[in-house]
Amino acid sequence: MSGKVYPIPGGLHPPEHKTESNAKAIIVAPLSAHYVVPLRQHIGQPARALVKAGDSVLKGQMIGAPEGRISAAVHAPTSGRVVAVEARPVAHPSGLPDQCVVIEADGKDTAADMQPIAWRDLPPGELHQRLVNMGLAGQGGAVFPSHVKLATGGTPIETLILNGAECEPWITCDDRLMRERATEIMQGAEIMRHALGAKRILVGIEDNKPEAAQAMQSACEQLKLAAEVTAVPTRYPSGGAKQLTQLLTGLETPSGKISTDIGIQVFNVATAYALQRAVELGEPMLTRVVTITGHVAGPCNIEARLGTPIDELIRLAGGDLAETSGHVIGGPMMGFDLDDTASPLVKSVNCIIAKNQELFPPHPPAMPCIRCGQCALVCPAVLQPFELYWHAKSKNFAKARAYKLFDCIECGCCSHVCPSHIPLVDFYRFAKSEIAADDRAKLAAEGARQRHEFQLLRQEREKKEKAERLGKKASERLDTGAVAADDPEAERKKAILEAAIERARQAKEAVHAKNTESLTPDQQHQIDEIEARRQAAPQDSEQQA
Amino acid sequence: MISAIIVMAVIGLVLGSVLGWAELFYRVAGDPLADKINDILPQTQCGQCGFPGCRPYAEAMAKGEADINRCPPGGEPGIQRLADLLGVEAKPFGEGVAPKPKSVALIDENTCIGCTLCIQACPVDAIVGASKQLHVIVADLCTGCELCLAPCPVDCIHMEVVHETVNNWKWRYPLIPIHQQREAA
Repeated sequence: MSGKVYPIPGGLHPPEHKTESNAKAIIVAPLSAHYVVPLRQHIGQPARALVKAGDSVLKGQMIGAPEGRISAAVHAPTSGRVVAVEARPVAHPSGLPDQCVVIEADGKDTAADMQPIAWRDLPPGELHQRLVNMGLAGQGGAVFPSHVKLATGGTPIETLILNGAECEPWITCDDRLMRERATEIMQGAEIMRHALGAKRILVGIEDNKPEAAQAMQSACEQLKLAAEVTAVPTRYPSGGAKQLTQLLTGLETPSGKISTDIGIQVFNVATAYALQRAVELGEPMLTRVVTITGHVAGPCNIEARLGTPIDELIRLAGGDLAETSGHVIGGPMMGFDLDDTASPLVKSVNCIIAKNQELFPPHPPAMPCIRCGQCALVCPAVLQPFELYWHAKSKNFAKARAYKLFDCIECGCCSHVCPSHIPLVDFYRFAKSEIAADDRAKLAAEGARQRHEFQLLRQEREKKEKAERLGKKASERLDTGAVAADDPEAERKKAILEAAIERARQAKEAVHAKNTESLTPDQQHQIDEIEARRQAAPQDSEQQA
Repeated sequence: MISAIIVMAVIGLVLGSVLGWAELFYRVAGDPLADKINDILPQTQCGQCGFPGCRPYAEAMAKGEADINRCPPGGEPGIQRLADLLGVEAKPFGEGVAPKPKSVALIDENTCIGCTLCIQACPVDAIVGASKQLHVIVADLCTGCELCLAPCPVDCIHMEVVHETVNNWKWRYPLIPIHQQREAA
């Protein structure tokens, strides 16, 4: 069953904590009273709201349209009425609220018209156009819109990799999904392979999930698919797209590139499952399976509709136990703290862990770096984390970039092993977002400069054109004047004009100041005195000088 | 003796003419230093520096006629970059010059009379509209220079501070809270 496994650098093996939640079958969440559907659940542009407060919606109706090339649609999880389109708390590391469509369920769960797609009749490279409004986004964590990844055109895709590694501790949603719905997943994979025109399918599953691997293998045999299910060693982060690619094919993704550039496309198993539902049933992405584990009464996996409030999911898992100190969204290695449990479930949330002091002790204070090099040994991207740390800490971003900061996958291995407990990944995230903001500002400044320079150019051009136009008119007049010199009519007019000018000149000369006529002797005397002073004045001033 | 002088003179002549030719041949049009300074400036074209735009300010700085602390939109990091480039000490903003939070202009649609005066004032062509038609500011292109505020005859333009959203949010500089350190110690 198992194909060849190639070695990869770095990685580690943190405590797995998988058994807490992987024994029970997936629970389907009952209908909720209300749903909060964020318009941004994916990487790229947020969706544009298509509904407003007061509208009634059906299950599966598109309520947010994709905006721009990299964007995904969002859909109503059930039928009901839109209560508001407003900013609500969401599961985001910033803790900032974001635009959401709030839907009050009517309890009928009436579905909109859903049409399956006849994918076998579509040539490769066309299916993605039919999936633009299906709201599919990668469920592994990056939530990249799936229809964009299914578009062909760049490097031809030779290999499709299905990622079932699920390497992060605590998370078991993909494990349960593969055990219970392997057939649907593999059907989805076959649709992906067809759409991409790929030649083969490789499935990578960590060897701590033998039941899932067995189920996937049987599904392949049952569907008679030429897919290879491979058990990869349990070593975090084997589920990173680049890491799994190298594990299964031996091909290393070059720095600054993605696996697509070397002819390999990687999808999460849950994404394949959602795609199968979208194509075979015409159902857009409405649900996902999420692991609720940690310090809760009954850790389990729940299939819930997107938009379900997280506190409701925690209640379904038996509720938080006493002394719960908070919740983590995602796994302990890459996840972030949740600020508000009223936040809704979104496409990216694969796990919710309730924390307590014992499971998640407070982060010990950071000590100075002792240059032990542990971080470099575990780095799966073969970077030098301590160098990156120094440059990020001193805000020397150009240097951090030169040390390939953007090849860091933020897996958290370096922070995990650091004997000085330095939150290394936090520094990389800080540096990355500063650099990204700086790049955006530079781009905006460049655009502003170009527009300003063009404006100056335009003004200059308009001035020149105006001057040219006036100059042309004047010279035309001059030309006609010169040509008409012999014309007797023009001669006559010229004579009339000259006579008029002469009359005006004479009239001007004839004018005298009336107040100098008929002066009294007194006034005459005053004027004479003033004239005399005026004569004398320059000499006085000369004497003074 | 004489042959040595002649040889030296010939060498001098040849090298001199090579230098002279190189000076003409490799002459760079414009001021490359001004270009480099202009790349650092935020291109808001706001004129707060006292020059009619970023380019004139950059040229004045290149000639050493203007100080480096006169660009409020560039902020402290901008001063630092200019100081690094020009090899001078960074200095704080002068009296009465302080960076403001990034804002964009917004036209009140009910008051705008469509006079086009703001369109003419906008240095970066960020305002769309025509005579007797409602004008709109393209927020993504607006640099927040405030040059459109003064010409508006009906005072229908105001500045809106750009708040932090999920879209423009940045990771914070990681800090370990001191009280936690004390508890541990």
